[in-house]
Amino acid sequence: MWQTRWLLKPAVFIACLLPALRLGVGALNAVEAWHVGGISLGADPVKVMLHTCGRWTLNFLMITLCMTPLRDLTHAVFWLRFRRMFGLFAFFYALLHFTVYILLDQNGQASALWQDVIKRPYITLGMLALLSLIPLAATSTARAQRRLGRSWTRLHRLVYAIAILGVWHFWWQVKKDIREPLLYALGLSLLLGYRLWKHRRSLVRVSVAHLARTDGA
Amino acid sequence: MRKRSDAAKIRPSDITPHERYLSRRALIAGGLGIAAAQTVGNIVPPALAQSGAALAYVRNAALSVTETPNSYADITTYNNYYEFGTDKSDPAQYSQNFRTRPWNVTIGGEAEVTGTFSLEDILKPHPLEERVYRLRCVEAWSMVVPWVGFPLGDLLKRFKPTSKAKFVEFKTLYDPKQMPGQRVAVLEWPYVEGLRMDEAMHPLTLMAVGLYGKVLPNQDGAPLRLIVPWKYGFKGIKAIVSIKFVEHAPRTSWAGAASNEYGFFANVNPAVDHPRWSQATERHIGANLFGPRRPTLPFNGYAAEVAGLYSGMDLRKYF
Repeated sequence: MWQTRWLLKPAVFIACLLPALRLGVGALNAVEAWHVGGISLGADPVKVMLHTCGRWTLNFLMITLCMTPLRDLTHAVFWLRFRRMFGLFAFFYALLHFTVYILLDQNGQASALWQDVIKRPYITLGMLALLSLIPLAATSTARAQRRLGRSWTRLHRLVYAIAILGVWHFWWQVKKDIREPLLYALGLSLLLGYRLWKHRRSLVRVSVAHLARTDGA
Repeated sequence: MRKRSDAAKIRPSDITPHERYLSRRALIAGGLGIAAAQTVGNIVPPALAQSGAALAYVRNAALSVTETPNSYADITTYNNYYEFGTDKSDPAQYSQNFRTRPWNVTIGGEAEVTGTFSLEDILKPHPLEERVYRLRCVEAWSMVVPWVGFPLGDLLKRFKPTSKAKFVEFKTLYDPKQMPGQRVAVLEWPYVEGLRMDEAMHPLTLMAVGLYGKVLPNQDGAPLRLIVPWKYGFKGIKAIVSIKFVEHAPRTSWAGAASNEYGFFANVNPAVDHPRWSQATERHIGANLFGPRRPTLPFNGYAAEVAGLYSGMDLRKYF
């Protein structure tokens, strides 16, 4: 086992890059700069790029939020080794999503972006989520974690709000068929519900311990 | 099985008024921007033809735009047709076994001639034309499509609408067995669309039966669909089984689903945004990936022809 274990992280890393690679090849096919069979982004490549990056941002946020419950369920800290990478991939896809939106969908018109941000609530939410991801990505290093100590944990709880904003952003931009955003909302409710349940249970434990102590006194 | 109660009442002169017949001849003879009828091999009557078969038609250059049409692949793989699924690629995938022959259309409401007619009866008297129209989706993308069809007005006149006929209501087939999207309540089924009588009679309003000179593919609305080029694409109801003359504006599907976002008129209007996105510009399908968005034109570029229909109306209110 120990000989192959070092391979796991690079393998997961490459797997996380695959959706972006597919889009890259598809985009090159779309501008006819390249011809790789089987990869086509269809009649509206910009939309596919935009939506794929958006979905993978949400997917990686969800995956990141799965790591702690998985640790608790399996009693293995193994999962936490991937948490930072998944979180950073969420940021990576969010940035790509934003880049496609601003460069390809809006042709780099900053005025259009500003108009959208103030006029369209779903874009306001998306921008808020993206901006909130920046401090998390910036403090993702082990050094920042050490330096910030307990406030690092508090800061990184922002990811819960970001995930809610992200799903909300998706929900509000869907034309009519809300089945997919609903699925994300349910998944997120489970992941956040689990944390709430765990938190309340630990509160009860603390108060029971407290009671036990006062009892003994 | 099918009612043909009033079919016998239709005489050829009902179908095509003689003056109109003559004027059409004159148009063709005079060559007013209309090329001679195309003859393509293996032509079958449109009512009998299966998807993809060649049609006989005349190119109507006068009512066509000069922009390059989108590719057949784009037009047949990028469709909004929720009866077959909400993804743009779903219709192409799930409509392949959809049965469009035999097909009946029920004509009802405020007209002298009503009843159920076979597709053959519906199509027979109408010479087909090709018209290259712009298509602007409410989702802010656009295409250019070479439709084959005939003016809706010519069809409607055959049924002699009465003075009470102020609107026309259209319905799509309801058949969840064939249309998997109808098993999900994304919209109220069947799909309903409508036009004011003057919009329906406008010469630009087309009943389409073909695309790129061939019988309409299922995913594009076969066997019979509506095209109203100055309105958002969702007005173009597909797989029509019912046409009804009514006194009041029908409750149309999208307006019924979200009346703050979609109106009955749904005229393309860059000045009136969708509540969630701008309608000022559009992304043209098939354009360069890095190309600019195109400005959206009032009435999708057909303002000269149709703006008069709405004079005096507040288009912000009647969006």
